[in-house]
Amino acid sequence: MLDQKQHVKLPEGSIEKNTTTLNLGPTHPATHGVFQNILEIDGEKVVSAVSTVGYIHRAFEKIAERRPYYQITPLTDRLNYCSAPINNMGWIMTVEKLLGLEMPKRVDYLRVIIMELARIADHLICSAVMGVDTGALTGFVYLMTYRELIYEIYEEVCGSRLTTNIGRIGGFERNFTPAAFEKIERFLKEYPAALTEFETLLTRNRIFMERTQGVGAISAERAMSYGFTGPNLRAAGVDYDVRIANPYSSYQDFDFSIPVGTTGDCYDRYQVRNAEMWESISIIRQAMDKLKGLPDDVYHADVPAYYLPEKKDVYTKMEALIYHFKIVMGETEILPGEVYNAVEGANGELGFYLISDGGRSPYRLHFRRPCFIYYQAYAELVKGAMLSDAIVCMSSLNLIAGELDA
Amino acid sequence: MSLTNERIQQRLTEKFGDVLTGFEEPFGLLTFTAQKDYNLKVMQFLFDDEELRFRFLTDITAVHYPERKNEELCVVYHLHNFVDNVRLRLKVYTPVAAPKVFTATSLYESANWMERETYDFFGVDFVGHPNLIRILNVDEMTYFPMRKEFPLEDPMRTDKDDEMFGRGGHL
Repeated sequence: MLDQKQHVKLPEGSIEKNTTTLNLGPTHPATHGVFQNILEIDGEKVVSAVSTVGYIHRAFEKIAERRPYYQITPLTDRLNYCSAPINNMGWIMTVEKLLGLEMPKRVDYLRVIIMELARIADHLICSAVMGVDTGALTGFVYLMTYRELIYEIYEEVCGSRLTTNIGRIGGFERNFTPAAFEKIERFLKEYPAALTEFETLLTRNRIFMERTQGVGAISAERAMSYGFTGPNLRAAGVDYDVRIANPYSSYQDFDFSIPVGTTGDCYDRYQVRNAEMWESISIIRQAMDKLKGLPDDVYHADVPAYYLPEKKDVYTKMEALIYHFKIVMGETEILPGEVYNAVEGANGELGFYLISDGGRSPYRLHFRRPCFIYYQAYAELVKGAMLSDAIVCMSSLNLIAGELDA
Repeated sequence: MSLTNERIQQRLTEKFGDVLTGFEEPFGLLTFTAQKDYNLKVMQFLFDDEELRFRFLTDITAVHYPERKNEELCVVYHLHNFVDNVRLRLKVYTPVAAPKVFTATSLYESANWMERETYDFFGVDFVGHPNLIRILNVDEMTYFPMRKEFPLEDPMRTDKDDEMFGRGGHL
C-alpha cells in the first residue's frame, strides 16, 4: 500500500478510484496542435474529458489596439493558419465595410478564387488527416501534393505561403500574374482526379466507415446550442452558410449548393467537407469564367486615401507621396463606428467585431473564432466513446490551435 | 426577410418598455442596450418568443470604456435568428467595481467558454456560471489584461510621441 515517504503528490482519491487519468496533449501528435485534454478513462472507455486551451495565446486582440488597420492583417494570418487568406479577406472586408468602400467586380471574383482555394486547402488537410488518424496514410500523401500547388498559387499572388498577408484594404497588392492563372487552371484540371481517387480510397472503405460512423455524433439542436458553425453544423443537418445567409464579396453571383449531413457524426463531417471541396472547385471555375468578361488590369478599387499608390507615382507625384506617407504612418481617416462582419471560414463563421473611435487603431477588436466556440462540445461528443474514437472525433472537428487561442 | 428590425424593436418595447434603450442600426444591425439586471430576461424572451426565435448565440465579448463612470464595462451579445436570418446586438453596461451580469449558460451551451473568455480578459463576473475560471491566460494571473488601464507598450517611452503617433500610454 501507500508509503508515507513517496515523493509524487497525487490528487485526493486517485488511488481509490477505478478509472485512469490520461493526458491527451498538449503535445500529443494526435491533437494536431497545442491543446490538452485530460481524459478520465475506464478501461478504454472515456468517462469524462476536460479540455484546456490557451497554450499559444498571443493576445492578438490587445495587440490590435495599438496597430494601424493595415498592420492587423498579418495578425489574422495566425488565427486559422490552414486557411490564412480567408482570415485576411475577412478582416479587410470588415474595414472596407466600416469605411464604406465598394470593390470592383473583378476584385471580388479574385477574392472568391483565393478564398475558395483556401477552403479547399483547409478541408483537404482535415479530411486527409482523418484518414491518417484511422490508419490510412496514402490518401493524405495524394492530397498533400495539391495543397502544395495551392501554396504555389498564393506565392504567385502575394509572395508567401502559409501566413499569407494577402490582399490590402481596397483590393490586392498587385495584379495576378499570368503564371498564377496558369497554376489555377492546372489546379482545376488536376485536382478533381486526385480528389476522386482520394474519395475512392476512403469514402466507402469499410475500416474507415466503421471508425467514423456514429462516432462523435451530435444533434442539430445541441450543435446549435454549442455554437457550431461551418461544416460541423452542416453535418448535423442545419443548412447555415454565411456565404448564402449574408453574401459578401459577390458570392450572390455564384451558383452553388450547401451540402448537409444528417447525423452530425465524424463520417458526415468528412462527407460534408468533401462535398464542399467539389462546390469550391465549381465556384472557382465560375469565377474564372466571369473574369474573362472583365478588364484584366483592375485589381483594386479607386480609393487613393486608403490604397497605397504605385511606387513610381510616389516618386513623381505630390498627391501620391502624401497618400503614401499618410497610409504608411497609419494616419488615414477612419470614421468612428461599430461593425460586425462575418465570413464563412473553413471551419465556421469567422466574425470580426470592430469598434472604431476614429483613432489610428481599433478601439476594440474581437475575433469570433469558430473552433474556440465549438470545441467546448468535445467533452460531450466523446463521453462514453472509446479512446480511439476520441482521437478521430478531435481530428474531425478541424480544430486549429492558432484559432482556439488567438 | 419577413422579420424586420422595426418589428423586433416593436415587440421588445411592448414587452420591456423603457428597460431597453438606445435603439440604433449601425450597418443595418439592430443594436440596443438593456438594463444590467435584465440581460437574461431579454435573451430568454428573444429565445422563447415564437416570432423572434433568436436561438443562436454568435458571440459574447466585452468592451472597456474607462471614461463612462459607473458603467465602465459593456458586455456585448450578438444573437442570430437562423429562420429569418436576422442578427441583433444586445449591450449591457456594468460598473467596473462590481461587474456582475447574469450568465447565459442556461440558454446556450456555447456561452460557457465565451463568458469564461470575457471573464478572463475583462473580469466580468457572470452570476450563475457553472465554472467561471480563466481560460486562455494562466490561472495565477491577478489582473484583467484587456482593460484599458493596461497599455500595450511601456508608457514611459519617450521616443514615441503619442500625440502624433496614436493612442499612447495615457489610456
